[in-house]
Amino acid sequence: MNDALNIHRLHFAFTITFHYIFPQLTMGLALLLVYLKTKALRTGDEHYNRSARFWARIFGINFALGVVTGIPMEFQFGTNWAAFSKTAGGVIGQTLAMEGVFSFFLESSFLGLFLFGEKKLGRVGHWWAAFLVWLGSWLSGYFIVATDAWMQHPVGYQLGAHGEIELASFWGLLLNKWALWQYLHTMLGAVQTGCFVMAAVGALYLLTSRHEAYGRTFVRGGVLVGVFAAVLQLFPTGDAQGKMIAENQPVTLAAMEGLFLTQEGAPLAILGQPDVKNRKLDNPLVVPKMLSFLTYKQWTANVRGLDAFPEDGWPDQISLLYFSYHVMVGLGTIFIAVMVVAAFLLWRGRLFESRWMLWILMVSVPLPYIANTAGWMTAELGRQPWLIYGLLRTARGVSPRVGAGNVWFTLIGFMGMYTVLAILWLFLVYREIEEGPGPEEEDPRKVARVSIPVN
Amino acid sequence: MGTVWFCLVAIMIAMYVLLDGFDLGAGAIHLLIAKTDLERRQVLASIGPVWDGNEVWLLAAGGTLYFAFPALYAGGFSGFYLPLMMVLWLLILRGSSIEFRNHVKSAVWDPFWDFLFCASSLLLAVFFGAALANVVRGVPLDASGYFFEPLWTDFRLGEETGILDWYTILVGVLALLALVMHGSLWVQLKTSGAVNGRARELCGRVWWGVVALTAIVTAVTFEVQPQVKENFLTWPWGFVLPLMAVAGLAGVAFELRKHDERKAFFASCAYLAGMLTSVVFGVYPMVLPARNPLYSLTVESAKAGSYGLKVGVLWWTVGMILAAGYFTLVYRSFAGKVEVESDSSGHGY
Ligand code: HDD
Ligand code: HEM
Ligand code: HEM
Repeated sequence: MNDALNIHRLHFAFTITFHYIFPQLTMGLALLLVYLKTKALRTGDEHYNRSARFWARIFGINFALGVVTGIPMEFQFGTNWAAFSKTAGGVIGQTLAMEGVFSFFLESSFLGLFLFGEKKLGRVGHWWAAFLVWLGSWLSGYFIVATDAWMQHPVGYQLGAHGEIELASFWGLLLNKWALWQYLHTMLGAVQTGCFVMAAVGALYLLTSRHEAYGRTFVRGGVLVGVFAAVLQLFPTGDAQGKMIAENQPVTLAAMEGLFLTQEGAPLAILGQPDVKNRKLDNPLVVPKMLSFLTYKQWTANVRGLDAFPEDGWPDQISLLYFSYHVMVGLGTIFIAVMVVAAFLLWRGRLFESRWMLWILMVSVPLPYIANTAGWMTAELGRQPWLIYGLLRTARGVSPRVGAGNVWFTLIGFMGMYTVLAILWLFLVYREIEEGPGPEEEDPRKVARVSIPVN
Repeated sequence: MGTVWFCLVAIMIAMYVLLDGFDLGAGAIHLLIAKTDLERRQVLASIGPVWDGNEVWLLAAGGTLYFAFPALYAGGFSGFYLPLMMVLWLLILRGSSIEFRNHVKSAVWDPFWDFLFCASSLLLAVFFGAALANVVRGVPLDASGYFFEPLWTDFRLGEETGILDWYTILVGVLALLALVMHGSLWVQLKTSGAVNGRARELCGRVWWGVVALTAIVTAVTFEVQPQVKENFLTWPWGFVLPLMAVAGLAGVAFELRKHDERKAFFASCAYLAGMLTSVVFGVYPMVLPARNPLYSLTVESAKAGSYGLKVGVLWWTVGMILAAGYFTLVYRSFAGKVEVESDSSGHGY
């Protein structure tokens, strides 16, 4: 059975990681679409409407993939994690059902109107459609994060007569402190993906001297929103998540940081490879006492290392966890640097001529995807060996009757199918970018000057 | 509380079948009734803006089932592991083919997706019918509350059943025909010209098949699942449900003759709703009958904690009112026959 457990885990990890490629862009873009539609409404400039239509097409492709890859996620709780579902369904199912009832209906209905109904709805109506698509996608983010947050930090429950976990406080579940911080951090990650993608397409147009007016709009939008998201990602949200982990999952923190020994004034590892067998960090590069300060705001605070915990409570993939975490934080730091410099250049009016900066923006496009994936790996691997932290071990959550062979079969099926989907996705998005937002038009800076008095 | 949620989940599943049912039906007849590119785009446009919202009923129903009857979700989904995964793959294929087809204009791209759209819709209709039949017939649950069903065994209704046996296949075919009827009525309502004519003709022919299979399946079901007979005898008012189905079926033929496309479509809705509610009524209080009646999952044994179910009613009601609002708005906005321009590159959305 142990064998089957790992394949079930791989199955889930593969399908969720693939699914998350799409929502992170749609949730980020949804916000940027509202930004573009607002600009269109306020300036009355058709340029922004055409920009919005262009991004709506890319949004549509991503959304379709988000939908088709999202449905398997919901089913898998029952198919692959049946024992978990039976134990915790009364709680977990609440937020999942609410996601369907409150956000998917909203999002899918208004996306239909947004994409097909621009003529019928009129200008203001179309703005509302964009706004409601944004609301729907961000609500669905909340419900799913609240679900995950409850697994990280279960609250508002009670144990039933047969060991099943029952809901005891609805608001406790929905307003889980863990969910609030995790949500803000996750949404910022999505916004960063949206911003980097938009800025990268803009940079591509500017560097290749095509659709330049649009290029400027995209780079400007991406950088203006992105700089805020990049900073907020680290502080307060990332920092707050770290503190919650220190408080509630100290063993996870130790593994994330590669801290094997309990110590006062614990150092922060910047680089180094954990050697789990010999319980040390190879070729480490550390900042002395920094970890103590970051977690407890005290340079000499005592931080518990992995040695303080029984080994059967350690996450089972310490190296992967450590690397995921360091990749995320490293990239996060890079994003702040990139966005701040780009915003500075934008402010000085030099960004569109700085080819080196445009190059950086253009080639950075995969990085937020990597950071988001690494972030989720951190969260999910860090939770191990628990499926519901402190309540249910992962090994006890798996479907008892579904054998390894069947799971291999479906895992390979999903891998094949998703490979094809990924190729299609890249192909279709590439085509949209090649085709561009529409006819070349006049420099919007001139148009803008005319329309300023209007509002 | 359990019974309330039993009804609410049944309503959501029925909504799914009524709404996504016509998408599936339209897909299943896509290649038959639409020959040219323009005609095919007409069929696609008739469901384009709404299919995703319709599919959400499946998700919302699934989610609701999950929190109201966790033991059913766990036992049922893991037991039907293989067919459910195939349903997922088919749903992926169908969704992709609707969304991707119109992005590229090419002599191989369009037909490829048209074929996939048709094949996946057709198979989904059969699978859903077979799934329902599995639930009615009962599955090999044991004392642990779990089972694992292979795709087929010997096609007989013994102790060790498979997903496919003669009964489930029969119901699968009925589901396909019923959804073809439903889908062709929707397409008629939304299109004009040659597509409309072919859909109408097809519908008239399929109708006879639906009538015949409905009669046969109803008769065998009483044998296959004894609970059904018992329930109808205990609560004779339950006969309104099958009567609604019969009336709906008659209505389809009647309105079709009168050329009232709207009413014919609603009659078909009544038929589907009547059939589904009859089934649900027939298996109550079981939610997942077992081949060995001792181990059947019932409303009582599968339901979640009572506090959760109570708050659920509150937010569910609010959510459904909102959803009804969105659907009214969307269907209003896209009311009337679709128009497809022959020159538009479409861009797929
Ligand atoms: C663009 C994406 C991105 C970037 C740049 C960062 N994060 Fe992050 N991080 C996420 C995207 C993300 C995420 C994908 O949204 C996660 C996964 C689960 C979650 O709550 O958010 C996450 C999780 C996550 C966790 C683990 C939560 C848990 O185990 O439950 C911590 C402690 C941090 N982040 C902290 C940081 C810090 C200190 C960063 C420094 C800049 C940072 N993140 C950058
Ligand atoms: C998109 C973001 C997410 C990613 C990338 C992600 C990633 C992962 C990974 C890599 C695993 C495997 C961990 C392991 O095998 O050690 C996993 C497991 C799991 N995750 Fe997530 N996850 C995400 C969001 C969620 C959410 C929102 C939920 C709940 C609603 C969730 C529930 C689970 C469950 C049930 C498992 C299986 C049990 C386990 O191995 O812990 N995940 N996820
Ligand atoms: C186990 C975890 C997850 C499940 C069960 C799940 C389920 C689903 C389902 C069923 C859909 C399709 C909805 C439709 O038909 O409109 C979907 C799409 C979506 N999901 Fe997930 N999802 C999971 C993880 C996540 C995570 C971690 C996020 C974000 C934080 C997310 C955000 C979204 C969004 C915004 C959509 C809308 C489609 C899109 O924008 O691509 N999901 N998800």
